[in-house]
Formats: sequence, structure tokens, C-alpha cells
Amino acid sequence: MGMTMTQKILAHHAGLESVAAGQLIEANVDLNLANDITGPVAIRELEKAGFDRVFDNQKIALVMDHFTPNKDIKSAQQCLECREFAKKHGITNFFDVGEMGIEHALLPEKGLTAPGELIIGADSHTCTYGALGAFSTGVGSTDLAAGMATGKAWFKVPSAIQFVLKGRKAPWISGKDVILHIIGLIGVDGALYQSMEFTGEGVQSLSMDDRFTICNMAIEAGAKNGIFPVDQATLDYIGGRVKRNIQVFEADSDAEYTKTVEIDLSTLRPTVACPHLPENTKTTDEIGHIEIQQCVIGSCTNGRIDDMRIAADILKGRHVAPGVRTIIIPATQAVYLQCIEEGLAKIFIQAGAIVSTPTCGPCLGGHMGVLAQGERSVSTTNRNFVGRMGHITSEIYLASPAVAAASAVKGCICSPEDL
Amino acid sequence: MVVNGTVFKYGDNVDTDVIIPARYLNIADVKELSSHAMEDIDTEFVKKVQPGDIVVATRNFGCGSSREHAPLVLRENQVSCVIATSFARIFYRNAINIGLPILECEAAANAIQAGDQVSVDFDTGVITNETRGETYQAAAFPPFIQSIIKAGGLLKSLKERGA
Repeated sequence: MGMTMTQKILAHHAGLESVAAGQLIEANVDLNLANDITGPVAIRELEKAGFDRVFDNQKIALVMDHFTPNKDIKSAQQCLECREFAKKHGITNFFDVGEMGIEHALLPEKGLTAPGELIIGADSHTCTYGALGAFSTGVGSTDLAAGMATGKAWFKVPSAIQFVLKGRKAPWISGKDVILHIIGLIGVDGALYQSMEFTGEGVQSLSMDDRFTICNMAIEAGAKNGIFPVDQATLDYIGGRVKRNIQVFEADSDAEYTKTVEIDLSTLRPTVACPHLPENTKTTDEIGHIEIQQCVIGSCTNGRIDDMRIAADILKGRHVAPGVRTIIIPATQAVYLQCIEEGLAKIFIQAGAIVSTPTCGPCLGGHMGVLAQGERSVSTTNRNFVGRMGHITSEIYLASPAVAAASAVKGCICSPEDL
Repeated sequence: MVVNGTVFKYGDNVDTDVIIPARYLNIADVKELSSHAMEDIDTEFVKKVQPGDIVVATRNFGCGSSREHAPLVLRENQVSCVIATSFARIFYRNAINIGLPILECEAAANAIQAGDQVSVDFDTGVITNETRGETYQAAAFPPFIQSIIKAGGLLKSLKERGA
């Protein structure tokens, strides 16, 4: 029986000829990631267990992005703990304020993730790097501690759902609409323990930033990972970023999938996930009149340059509606600089939005846009759980940058076509 | 090993943001952190939970963020076991890795109600509902996972193997 793309990468990293769904394996890890929230827990576990060294100081990335620039003394202490650990062990990929960005935008940009590699991260959205044809998945702090100490991680080999993408997406439709549509279709546990493997001629019409967004939210369907085939767009993206040899894996033609789902990109409409689950999706045609008090454009899901350009296209020459606090957060220093150089930052500020330094801040109700009782936000982030962005009675509507920017202008959730 | 306790019952898709809200993730002290466990869906939980008590939920328990703080605050509140129809995969790994016992059992998850007295035998996977006089059989863990649990967590099992 053939193997899926994910299974091939896992087999290679476990030193096995082949693997099958359900098999427990131990695999070599190419990169171990932690942030300022999960890093300290991993560091304490590592030290408590008596490990006094890391397996490879170049295969660990620590990114200070969640509660940074530090929002309070406790958060500052957590970053200090990471900083001291990085110094003690000579961690080369330590990214602090000034160099950092939101981890899942930053690592690909820095060339630290590449096709065929195996990456674990103590952050659930680590699945983002599947866009590059890598196997990457979120783990907890103890798994990450073990990865830092030994360079290995245990996995149950996943089965896979195949998503065959067809057609071309319409204007204003982006990767976010694709993945929200899929989550609405299969549910928040629709791909539990499984891989989501994307294929089909529709893939070529998706930009790398679309693919990052799609893989980023694979976890929101319960998946272990999301993965795209490697094509010219992937190679163009990693060119100049990834300096090491890469190995490209493809699914076997007789690979087995638990099911195959066809998605015709040309039929997709702007899609929004209503409170309080990412599976509660409606198109902007169905959603009705939903007033908003805040708009967040950014995060590991949608803080890349494509996202910024789309938001700027809509906000150019327009102004956000009175009473809509609009917070735009380029995901990395490079994206931030590009926003300035391309004149996007000026468009945002003239439209009445604020432009923030990179941070995860509002996405998880940390800082830089926490919601009060009963307030409602449209957001390009990834989760709309109860209390995620602030008060437990606040509401989050997940949407694309196009829908979020248009909604900020109109004051209620709408499609860019409605402006 | 057998544990016994009163049940706290929840529904589908209990996410890690409600198990321990992100606004508290700047707290390093586990005891302080655990005083906020479940507060966004059940303000009574930390007031009422007793050592040995059991959390029962239906589908996809622990979905969302990878924060290990979620199983940690349940363990710190001396929850002896979590039973669910299914678990989100990162929560499942984290619970095993830190030594919080969890069991997948649809029959138990559906039948057990809040306040029931339940005992769990980890060696046999038998769950006994003393309130309703019913028993349910949970699936056994594969040997590899059993070895992690027996060692008291992933890092201890790695140390035992000489890592």
C-alpha cells in the first residue's frame, strides 16, 4: 500500500522504509519551537528532569511573540527566563523584540522551515509550515522539552483526508475563506488525529501566503497537520531563504485516504466563522446585520504581506466607521517594514486604523485589543472560543483580511463587494 | 490502581481557552494558575472540586491551543482522571506526558452525569458508575504509552531509557 505525503516524511525521519497509519514511531526532529508562554514551562520541565544540555543549539527556535513587548511584569519574567536559557545554551535562533515576529510567519521567512523537514512546536499553530511541504505539528511543553534534549519525538502515524482543490478563486477570496469553508464542512474535530493533504490543479492558484493561512488553521479542524505539495511557488519562496539541501516528498499514487473532499475554489464566497466555534461558518451573504466595535487584522493566520496588501486595497481612500477600533498588526519586522515602504502603513493610519509592532497580543486576549463585556470583533485570527479575546460575553467573528477591512469601513460584517 | 470521585460533566469541544484562559498564562506559579481552572465555563469548579474528582466530557475535549497549562491545572486541582468520547490530539499527548490519566470511552461519556460517583480501574480500563450501578469498558493504552504513564511522564521515561 502506498503512503501519503505526511507518512513519507515521517518514515524518512524515523529511518524506516515505510510506515502505516496507527503505527507508533520515534522520529528525528529538524526544528523545535517554543514561545514566551510555552518556552518557560518546557525549560522548567527540562531542568527538573535533570537534562543539563540541549541536543543541538541550532535546531531550537525561541520566539518572544505572545505577550511582547512585555505587557506586565509577569510576562517580562517569562521572557527573561527564555533569554537566560538561550544564552546559557547558545541557542542561535532566539528572537527577541526588534528581531522577532509572530513565530509562524517568522520561521518560514527566516528560512528555518523547509520542504521535507519535520518540525515540532509548543504552539498549536505550528502546523503552518505544511504550506512548504514540511511535516509540522503542535505539541506541548513536555514534548518540546524532550525534543530539545534528545532531538526526537514520538508520533502515532496519522491517516489522511485528501482535499482536491479545483478551479480558481474569485476576487477577494483568499486562503482564509478556503479553510473556513472546509472547517464549516467537516467540523472542529472533522480531521481529528489525521493529516489534511491538499492537492489538485487549484493549488497553483493559491499564493504561498494563502497556503500558510490554510495550513495554519488545520488544527482548527482537529488535524495533526496540513500539507501542500511542493511546486514552483514553494521553490520560489524558499529561494534565497533556505540555504541547505532540501528533500521533496510526494504522496504515492496509491496512497490511502480515509476520505476525499473536492473543493471548487471558484464557488467559494467570503466566509465568516461566528461565535463560539470556527465551524460555525456563514457566508457574508447569509450573515445578516452584525455590528462590530473592533477589527483585528494580523496574527499567525493573516499577518503576512498579501494580507496587508489586501487590507490596504480596501482601506485606501476610505475611513473606518465611527466606533470601530481597527488594529492592524504586521506579523514580522520584515512585513512591517514592507508596509512602510509600500505606503500601506500610511493608508492604514489615514483610514483611522492603528499599526502595531508584531505581537500575538489580541488573538488570545493578551493585550493590544482586549474586548469588554458584550463587545464584538471581526478578526483575521484563528479562534473564536468563549473569552478568547477578552470578556466571556464578548464575541469574535473570524474572517479574511478583505472581509475584516470592509467590515471596519461599514461598521458591520460585510463583503468587500458591499462597499 | 483505582481512583474514585464525584463527576464534573461538560459537553462537546471544551477548549483549552476555557480550561485555562490565556489571560492567565503569564502566571508561572502552578498553584495560582490552577485557581482559574475552568472559570470561563464553570465558576463553581475550583470551589467545589475535591481530590480524586473526575472530569467527564463528550467530543473533542481539550481542543485549541497546545498549552500544557490545561492538563496541569486539572492535575493541580487533584482531578484523578478525565473521561471523554474523544480528546483533541495535543491535549491527549500533554496529559500522558505530564501523567494526568485520561480515558476515551463513549458509553461512559454519554451515560455519566454531573455529580455521579465514579471509580476507574486503570489496569483493566473498567469505569464503574456507583450512582447508576453501571460499568463501561475503556480501551487500553498501547504498551509504548503505558510505559510513559508507568514512568510518571515522558521525561522520566526518557531518563529511564538512558537519554
